[in-house]
Amino acid sequence: MATTADHFQAHSEEHAHDHKPGFFARWFMSTNHKDIGTMYLIFAIIAGIVGGAFSGMMRVELADPGIQYLDTFARWFGATNPDFNSTLHVWNVLITAHGLIMVFFMVMPAIIGGFGNWFVPIMIGAPDMAFPRMNNISFWLTVAGFISLLCSAFVPGGTGLGAGTGWTVYAPLSTTGSPGPAVDFGIFSLHLAGAGSIMGAINFITTIFNMRAPGMTIHKMPLFVWSVLVTAFLLLLALPVLAAAITMLLTDRNFGTTFFDPAGGGDPVLYQHLFWFFGHPEVYIMILPGFGIISQIVSTFSKKPVFGYLGMAYAMVAIGVVGFIVWAHHMYTSGLSVNTKMYFTAATMVIAVPTGVKIFSWIATMWGGSVSFKSPMVWALGFIFLFTVGGVTGVVLANGGVDDNLHDTYYVVAHFHYVLSLGAVTALFAAFYYWFPKMSGRMHSEFLAHLHFWVFFIGVNLIFFPMHFLGLQGMPRRYPDYAEAYALWNQVATDGYMIMAASIGIWFVNIAYAFVAGKKAEDNYWGEGATTLEWTLTSPPPFHQFETLPVIEESHHH
Amino acid sequence: MTTAIQHRRSNAKVALIAFSMALGMLGLGYASVPLYRIFCQVTGYGGTTKRVDAAQAASIKDSGRTISIRFDANVARDMPWDFKPLQNTDTVSIGARDMALFWAKNTSDQTVTGTASFNVEPEQAAKYFNKIQCFCFTEQTLKPGEEVRMPVLYYVDPAFLDDPDNKDVQQITLSYTFHVTSIGDAKALDRDQSGG
Repeated sequence: MATTADHFQAHSEEHAHDHKPGFFARWFMSTNHKDIGTMYLIFAIIAGIVGGAFSGMMRVELADPGIQYLDTFARWFGATNPDFNSTLHVWNVLITAHGLIMVFFMVMPAIIGGFGNWFVPIMIGAPDMAFPRMNNISFWLTVAGFISLLCSAFVPGGTGLGAGTGWTVYAPLSTTGSPGPAVDFGIFSLHLAGAGSIMGAINFITTIFNMRAPGMTIHKMPLFVWSVLVTAFLLLLALPVLAAAITMLLTDRNFGTTFFDPAGGGDPVLYQHLFWFFGHPEVYIMILPGFGIISQIVSTFSKKPVFGYLGMAYAMVAIGVVGFIVWAHHMYTSGLSVNTKMYFTAATMVIAVPTGVKIFSWIATMWGGSVSFKSPMVWALGFIFLFTVGGVTGVVLANGGVDDNLHDTYYVVAHFHYVLSLGAVTALFAAFYYWFPKMSGRMHSEFLAHLHFWVFFIGVNLIFFPMHFLGLQGMPRRYPDYAEAYALWNQVATDGYMIMAASIGIWFVNIAYAFVAGKKAEDNYWGEGATTLEWTLTSPPPFHQFETLPVIEESHHH
Repeated sequence: MTTAIQHRRSNAKVALIAFSMALGMLGLGYASVPLYRIFCQVTGYGGTTKRVDAAQAASIKDSGRTISIRFDANVARDMPWDFKPLQNTDTVSIGARDMALFWAKNTSDQTVTGTASFNVEPEQAAKYFNKIQCFCFTEQTLKPGEEVRMPVLYYVDPAFLDDPDNKDVQQITLSYTFHVTSIGDAKALDRDQSGG
């Protein structure tokens, strides 16, 4: 926010290359926040390809009414001569795996583990994270979690191979409804990923509180750092509740407890409360760092400090706090009383206020700025548009009465994909184009980045906008088949998926281009608008940065 | 050097505080189980009925207004009992005590112990549904072929009439489900053995 471009790395530059350990030690025993960030990003890309392929399998099946491909998919997973029920079970496995992978192994590792690890220490002028070894453990726990989830697809899960519980893992489907080890593998996967994320959160909190460079006060931190700080607190307070809930599931499944079993005095609805007490903050965990990224980008390419810096920071705090007291809006149809629904409706709508503060502040930042439409800015504008669409349908769904009709329809699917698949992922691509040359030292092709954006933008809107119509017409989610009447918009959505998939191809071509033919990136390739500390370093930054701590001067802007 | 050590100590302190917050939330996750049960009992949430003693019941006055009560009986999938109400509906005076009878028969060739879970629909009526005596308060054991008539002594609290949420409620359904606690010597909840 408040820094001027100086060359703080001058001292370390000369021996930057001397300190890199050998390949195995560097990548498998890494304690370097940039290397760990890179590994998180590569891991997230791999997980994203797997999770994206699963959604492609679902879209292919949904292209036409009837069951066409599930039998083939069942054979891919190793079933020999699957009967009709275990064929249908493949659908449940696909939706479960898609949800869990995209949430826990794509968005979270990319946005917190990847960009958070890479740029939080640099932006606050720290040489590394507070606990570099714990950082490494966090990463490998996440990888182990992913492997555990993949294993679950090949072992029995009740009706067929794999865990078919949905990402919510509701009891009793996940307890008495799914015998076999698949769901246990899934739960174990969440335990591992959760433990990794909690350690990561502790690491970020300690780093941000203790390791800021001289002069970098809390109220001078870049908004991306603010967003990661709020996210880390959400992780710290939400994930243990999930851990408790799924541990209860595990003991209900294997050790005869009855936390969620009415036969022993338990209540399955309690699981829903626990899950959503975690689940709602979880959606903010995925989107808040995106907010931070968009703030950096909009400010950079408007060549202005972000409008209402303090308001932006505390809007994220407010979203985080209120995010903990709205969970039952996911459970409007579970038998809440009218008064409870009124409370949760009102509390949910309150979140639109700080979110609106953010949207309007981004617009106000651009207002009167010298805006240049470089690729990260175009992606950021795409984010603002798509996230606003998702936010508006969120306010619709916040109404307890309206939700009675729309609950578990494609309208809900459209809503959360607009805020996450289109919101968080668009923010990820914006961050990627913003920082990729800084991380790799090579410039990407701006043409391909723009092309990637437009193809992606058209593709995802074609996938998800028609789902609003399908949902309003009553098409339920989580089914592989549907009535003829829904055929048209499902066909459009599947076509949209193909366009989106092509855009991912353009992205890979762009990455390859950068490494093969991309020109070398300067220190500050975005020019005068980019004022945070990463732009004072070389591209890529030295293996150890800030051996002499930077000093942040008094700013002109506040 | 001293500053480096101080730095490390304060890092450990922040991390410890953060870790205890995480641990606290884990504890809260487990504490939610008894808290949720108390919450349901107090508020009638999820159709949880109230349990009262005879003295409390005696202090309630008959309002003179009537309401229809429907009775419903089910067994869990692995429960080898026949279980049904001996009256489908009853019209009772709100505030007055009434008794309903249920009948159960063990159709298996083993001694079976069961527990009944209970529930009221619509849920907003649950907190006015008071049970003085019920077979669901204790476990019931039936020998092979044995049958039994089981009473429920209840009343509907007249405060029901003043609750705007219940103003269009004309019938309250009281539902029971019998679950297996044990068959023969086996504990039912060891699912591996009973195959449930």
